[in-house]
Amino acid sequence: MRARTLWALAWRESRFARRRLFLFLSSISLGVAALVAVQGFSRGIERGVADQARALLGADLALASRQPFGRGTTALLDSLPRAGVPIARATSLASMALAPRTGRTRLAQLRAVEPGFPFYGQIETDPAGRWPELQAGRHAVADPALLVALGAQVGDSLAVGDARFLVIAALQKVPGDVEIASSFAPRLYLPARHLAATGLVQFGSRVDYEAFVRLPAPGAAAAFAREHAALFRAERVRSRTADEQQQSLTEALTRLGDYLGLIGVFALLLGGIGVASAMGAYMAQKADTVAVLRCLGASAPQVFGIYLAQAAAMGLLGALVGAGLGLAVQGVLPRLLADLLPVEVRLGVEPGALLAGAGVGVWVAVAFALLPLLATRRVSPLLALRRRVEPLRVPRRDGWRGAAWAALAASVLALAVWQAGSLRVGAAFALGIALTLAVLALVSRGIVAGVRRLPTRRLPYLLRQGLANLYRPGNQTPTVVLALGFGVFLLATLYLTQHNLLRPLLPGGAGARANLLFWDVQADQQAGIRELLRARGHALRQQAPIVPMRIARVNGRDVRALATGLEGLDADTALEMPERRTGPGTRDAGEPERWAVRREYRSTYRDTLVASERLLQGEWWSGRGRRGAGVGAVFPVSLERDIARDLAVAIGDSITWDVQGVELRTVVASTRAVDWARFEPNFFAVFPSAALADAPQTWVLLADVPSAAARATLQRDVVERFPNVAVVDLTQVQQALDAVLGRVSTAIRFLALFSIATGFIVLLGAVATGRLQRIRDSVLLRTLGATWRQVGAILLVEYLLLGALAVLAGAGLALGAGWALAHWLFRVDFAVPWAPLAALALAVTALAAGVGLLASREVFGRTPLEVLREEG
Amino acid sequence: MIIVQNLSKTYRSGEQALTVLHAVDFHIAPGEFVAIVGPSGSGKSTLLGLLAGLDTPSAGGVRLDGVELSDLSEDERARLRREKIGFVFQSFQLIASLTAQENVQVPLELRGEPDAAPRAAALLQRVGLAARCGHYPVQLSGGEQQRVALARAFVHEPRILFADEPTGNLDAATGHGIVELMEALNRERGTTLVLVTHDPELAERAHRTIRLADGHVVADTRNDRGAGAAEVAP
Repeated sequence: MRARTLWALAWRESRFARRRLFLFLSSISLGVAALVAVQGFSRGIERGVADQARALLGADLALASRQPFGRGTTALLDSLPRAGVPIARATSLASMALAPRTGRTRLAQLRAVEPGFPFYGQIETDPAGRWPELQAGRHAVADPALLVALGAQVGDSLAVGDARFLVIAALQKVPGDVEIASSFAPRLYLPARHLAATGLVQFGSRVDYEAFVRLPAPGAAAAFAREHAALFRAERVRSRTADEQQQSLTEALTRLGDYLGLIGVFALLLGGIGVASAMGAYMAQKADTVAVLRCLGASAPQVFGIYLAQAAAMGLLGALVGAGLGLAVQGVLPRLLADLLPVEVRLGVEPGALLAGAGVGVWVAVAFALLPLLATRRVSPLLALRRRVEPLRVPRRDGWRGAAWAALAASVLALAVWQAGSLRVGAAFALGIALTLAVLALVSRGIVAGVRRLPTRRLPYLLRQGLANLYRPGNQTPTVVLALGFGVFLLATLYLTQHNLLRPLLPGGAGARANLLFWDVQADQQAGIRELLRARGHALRQQAPIVPMRIARVNGRDVRALATGLEGLDADTALEMPERRTGPGTRDAGEPERWAVRREYRSTYRDTLVASERLLQGEWWSGRGRRGAGVGAVFPVSLERDIARDLAVAIGDSITWDVQGVELRTVVASTRAVDWARFEPNFFAVFPSAALADAPQTWVLLADVPSAAARATLQRDVVERFPNVAVVDLTQVQQALDAVLGRVSTAIRFLALFSIATGFIVLLGAVATGRLQRIRDSVLLRTLGATWRQVGAILLVEYLLLGALAVLAGAGLALGAGWALAHWLFRVDFAVPWAPLAALALAVTALAAGVGLLASREVFGRTPLEVLREEG
Repeated sequence: MIIVQNLSKTYRSGEQALTVLHAVDFHIAPGEFVAIVGPSGSGKSTLLGLLAGLDTPSAGGVRLDGVELSDLSEDERARLRREKIGFVFQSFQLIASLTAQENVQVPLELRGEPDAAPRAAALLQRVGLAARCGHYPVQLSGGEQQRVALARAFVHEPRILFADEPTGNLDAATGHGIVELMEALNRERGTTLVLVTHDPELAERAHRTIRLADGHVVADTRNDRGAGAAEVAP
């Protein structure tokens, strides 16, 4: 048979079944839609980053350091304007802002900038066009969130440290900034020349120093960075060009798109399961036609080819619909994630994304249709002669079935790897899906088997019949439970994970006994703050000194030598290379991570453990302070477990610290497990009091102030008296985190909805599949005297149970997955929010019943005589 | 044309074995019109299925045109059916989603013949359904459907036609018309015709009648109309 004839025959033979076939295959439409939407989103990000690359950085080259620029860098920067190269410096730090008119305070992210910044892109203000006036006096441009928090408006003055600034505008848009960051620390721009007047830059302050350089000639910025790389390394200056910024941002954001796309892959694979189930049911109905074709001389490959052509054609139609739908909804994701993205997403029609999505959809439809189509080989031509016929035998070792399974597995893996952009992640994802579906399938079958064994004799007939419908021959119960259950599993796991991540941060939660944090408290200020708290009857929960330091030697090896040993580079190069984890397997066993060796440590001293710590190895020093005396003294130090691993040190190893130029010799005496989720000061390294009590230090204090009004008043008073002290209201932080997690969760849930919607399409398909049987059953019941209400009640019981079983399977698995994620990955306590989960369960069950009844309405419209005539 | 030797068929139903045909032997010559008769449950349809290669025997064999059917795989038997065999079923077995002409075209399309459409149209005209080419089976009467089925069975000029109760679902007059058409096509094309029926009048129209009872051939007579029946030598 020629290919054209095969397609023509396939098309003709599908004439009266196209609507049913299309419904079945539209189960992949939603998965394709999700993938196309995500692909469009990713491309839009790439376009947005490419268009806005220079504006994101605000310059062609940005230099940054955590300490004031060294002499060489300063001299270089000073020389650039003389050479006609514009530069602008910026200094950033967190500090309190106070609105004298209202008396309110808020932690803000100060950015003191020089004239000219930004060289590219516009900082938009309200009123418009006010940015250039920032430098004209002691002016400020503030984040609207800051003005709201302070109860201030444009025209008010703000006290920042020891200085006052006039608010001339509110910020509308800063290229490259993530809007949601203002929830944590709203921005406040000041002129750089007035920063000193604030008196905020003091010992221990965390200040970021930046310089922006305009070098517009192609390649000039990169050449400049290369030419001065050695200087920058020596003075610990990080450099970044606009191209590097673009590349790194594109990578990070498209990875976000890749991960979101994996959720679309879930929906697509669920749709594939729906296709497999529907094709199986469809081919069962086509058994008579297949038998006739076999009688007429059609070979098994010819029959297979005819129905494969139908599946491919319907798959293409379903995929095209899905691609169109994806194009329509691709604008939703950028809106959901707008506050989390540093760029404007530039959406458009992406032919590549549409083709890829449609192609993937067709492939999935065909791959999942293969196994049910192979079953046509078992249809005996004798079926054309009589009703009851043994199926034809196929060999036990069936190469074709094996090949179909292999094609299916390879398709799932290829799809996951393609979407994730990584073999490792894709393979892990594919394995995770396979395991989840396998467990769900087992659970589904187990539940159905259990339902079959229930003692139902005493139950009312309507309930008994509804239950029996679940496991009658040809039922689709396991498939529907699997598909719907998977959607429930996805949504419930997301919700459980979000709940358990946020729970420690809730007021009254396990880790949140204190709700007000004071930091950058100078040594001579802490008594004053303690007195303020005591006078108002507020409890001081915790206080901790912070001593900044660096590592000088580990086990006698200088950090420079350690760095040399890591990659065979010269000491300065290796030590000063950009901070990044080398990761396991990329360094020799027993060698420390470079980032751990070169970073600044903010350590503390005390003689007891605190509630968020647990001793793992070694001994605490209570009472023992030192070995030896004077400059030769050796002190014990307790390291957090992971940092000890990253430093490749164990109990008894020595570390020499550089504390503001003074060497401190220590021996690792113990390791601790730290509960980082608790909102308390936690430290990588803890020293005994005797070691650091006299070292230059700042303090952090935690207080418990129950009422919001009291917190606001206390913050104001502290800022007025100690302008350099930053105060954080932890309830606001929790709200901001909630907002961030909520946004991300919403985006993920939006895509997860595609999965659950696919589950409902599979349910519709199952209803359509059993349609004839259902009509026959209801007609028989009517003939025996049942009322329409009784027939409807049986159907309602059946669909309610289907929904309930899906919820049971999916939610049960989600509880397990949620616990595993909380325990093994996030290391937080696991608790179940029963009320929202119950709401989800009820909603899915009710929807399943509604969809099922709606799809079965034909049952109520047929008279017994009509049906019996058809049967005859 | 067809040689049946020691043909037996046994079905298993759970623990029990049910033998439907017991060591049946006969020959059918090319061009013969043979009726296989017997009461319900005598094994007529089982025998027809075995003769047509739709099923495999438990013992013995069927040689069709010199080919032992049980030596062939299912696909090889399908190919043989495509080349040499036509079928007419009691319940017509037209494909509901194809028009009358498209149903008739199917055997030719399965062979990859390029002129399927005009040949199908010509044969539909021959059976008196030229005006119904574009109608679906559900739009045709029982007699019309069976005529379409006849056209489909003859369109690829098979060497042998098997008919299973072709008039079973038709009224007497329509049934007679169908049989006349079958006989006419049989005479025109020299096709061997094997017909299963429980209608004795229909059986009398055949050249020869093989009577089955309880899976055995109990009579094999030539129907010389007017001269009476005569035994056929095995």
